[in-house]
Amino acid sequence: MSSGLGTQVAELGRRSVVRTMRQPANIFFPFVFPFALLAVNAGGLERATELPGFPTDSFLAFALAVPFMQGALFATMNAGTDLARDIQSGFLNRLALTPMRGTALVAGQLAGVIALGLAQAIVYLTVGLLIGVDLASGLPGALVLLLLATVIAAGFGALGAFLALRTGSGESVQGLFPLLFVFLFLSSMNMPRNLIEIDWFKTVATINPVSYLIEAIRSLIITGWDARALALGFGLSLTLGAIALVAAGLSLKGRLTRT
Amino acid sequence: MSAGGSIRSVALAVSWRTLHNVFTTPSLLFPSLVFPLFFFTAFAGGLSRISEVPGFDFPPGYTAFQFVFVLLQSAAFGGVFTGFGIARDFESGFTRRLMLSAPRRSGILLGYAIAALVRWLATASVLTAVAFLAQMQVGGGGVDLFGLFGLALLVNIAGTLWAAGVAMRLRTMQAGPVMQFPTFLTLFFAPVYVPLDLLQGWIHGVASVNPATALLETGRSFIAGSPSGVALAFAVVLGLGAAFSVWAVRGLRKAEAAG
Repeated sequence: MSSGLGTQVAELGRRSVVRTMRQPANIFFPFVFPFALLAVNAGGLERATELPGFPTDSFLAFALAVPFMQGALFATMNAGTDLARDIQSGFLNRLALTPMRGTALVAGQLAGVIALGLAQAIVYLTVGLLIGVDLASGLPGALVLLLLATVIAAGFGALGAFLALRTGSGESVQGLFPLLFVFLFLSSMNMPRNLIEIDWFKTVATINPVSYLIEAIRSLIITGWDARALALGFGLSLTLGAIALVAAGLSLKGRLTRT
Repeated sequence: MSAGGSIRSVALAVSWRTLHNVFTTPSLLFPSLVFPLFFFTAFAGGLSRISEVPGFDFPPGYTAFQFVFVLLQSAAFGGVFTGFGIARDFESGFTRRLMLSAPRRSGILLGYAIAALVRWLATASVLTAVAFLAQMQVGGGGVDLFGLFGLALLVNIAGTLWAAGVAMRLRTMQAGPVMQFPTFLTLFFAPVYVPLDLLQGWIHGVASVNPATALLETGRSFIAGSPSGVALAFAVVLGLGAAFSVWAVRGLRKAEAAG
């Protein structure tokens, strides 16, 4: 008996969500680690707001964008590691014997990432508001922020799926985590680009797409409505997601052929 | 063979095996070398404008200010990375076989500590070379630098003993976050970005009672050439080392009891 694409996606999506929620490490670290780093950075760098030209007088508000990006990085790892486990355990091979379509597998996998990404974003935003951050874009901005965070998480989740299908190894996916963190640290996460003093660092931060994702989220928190920042944020995350999905699809074809 | 000879032979065998594994496996060597470098790059490069905050007074400059933090962080995390290796050896069953064959099991602990030290020395050498390439200014002389590296070396031993105690109690790779998270929080709840006097609010209170603050401030005074708080810093790190020695030896006994 075969079932429609929607049913297949729903079944695999449900499995992905349940599997994510059943692993405490998948829940604990995406929620706790970004707050620990936020507390450290906001406390330690509060005096940076005294620098001429700093865009806000609250470093907490400035830094609140970073947990959203960290959450997306954790989404990459979770999606990638789970899919790699499916490959290593032979689940993908067994699935290949069924009428399940490849697109359903990747889309279902992403459903878990999107659910976790949205839950993370709601928690980050709620905690941010509770600890005194004023959202310059108001309630509509909060909704756009949640949408943007979810799109970013989905884009990075697709990247994780591609990495897993390409390498077929959970250890390899985990090994790429530091590399993704390099992109985060070499961005405008702690300092506006115009205030970065070291030339080469400013150049790297300027060509690093993560800077624009952070700046899009940050614009909703401290600026209000910045059409350019939002267009860059949504555009880059959708582009990343589209490229990663195509690459994941090609890798999936190759992997199913090989197996 | 005498008791001392037995301990030495076991320690040398364990340390040789651990170092051979680390230096011939890029996925083990790479993170411990690269993480400190990119923290150094991100902090010293991206945040150099922090030195212009009113009240910031550190004559050697922000690069040296951050070098001390990253050096101590690499020392502590060098120990934690070795803890991962101990946990992996338990999971693979190697440590159980080792315990059956080792005439003096305390040599196992010593061997891991020696390996952690050698591994950290490699990391510290690379980090120091990069810092000098980045034109780090040093106010202190040879004796001061000896004091700084001596302090970091003791931090490495304390970090290894902490992580070994955790690994020997839990005996699984899933214990990684238990080793890592307290180390991370202890280091980052110290004056990482600005001197203690410039911290504000709750983080000033936490940093004031955090033992890592004494280590950081003394380390920075060494590199500035005006050592201060030396007795306190060494007392703190030796105290931590003594406490974690007991913790690690008791962990070893628990592992023995578990069979």
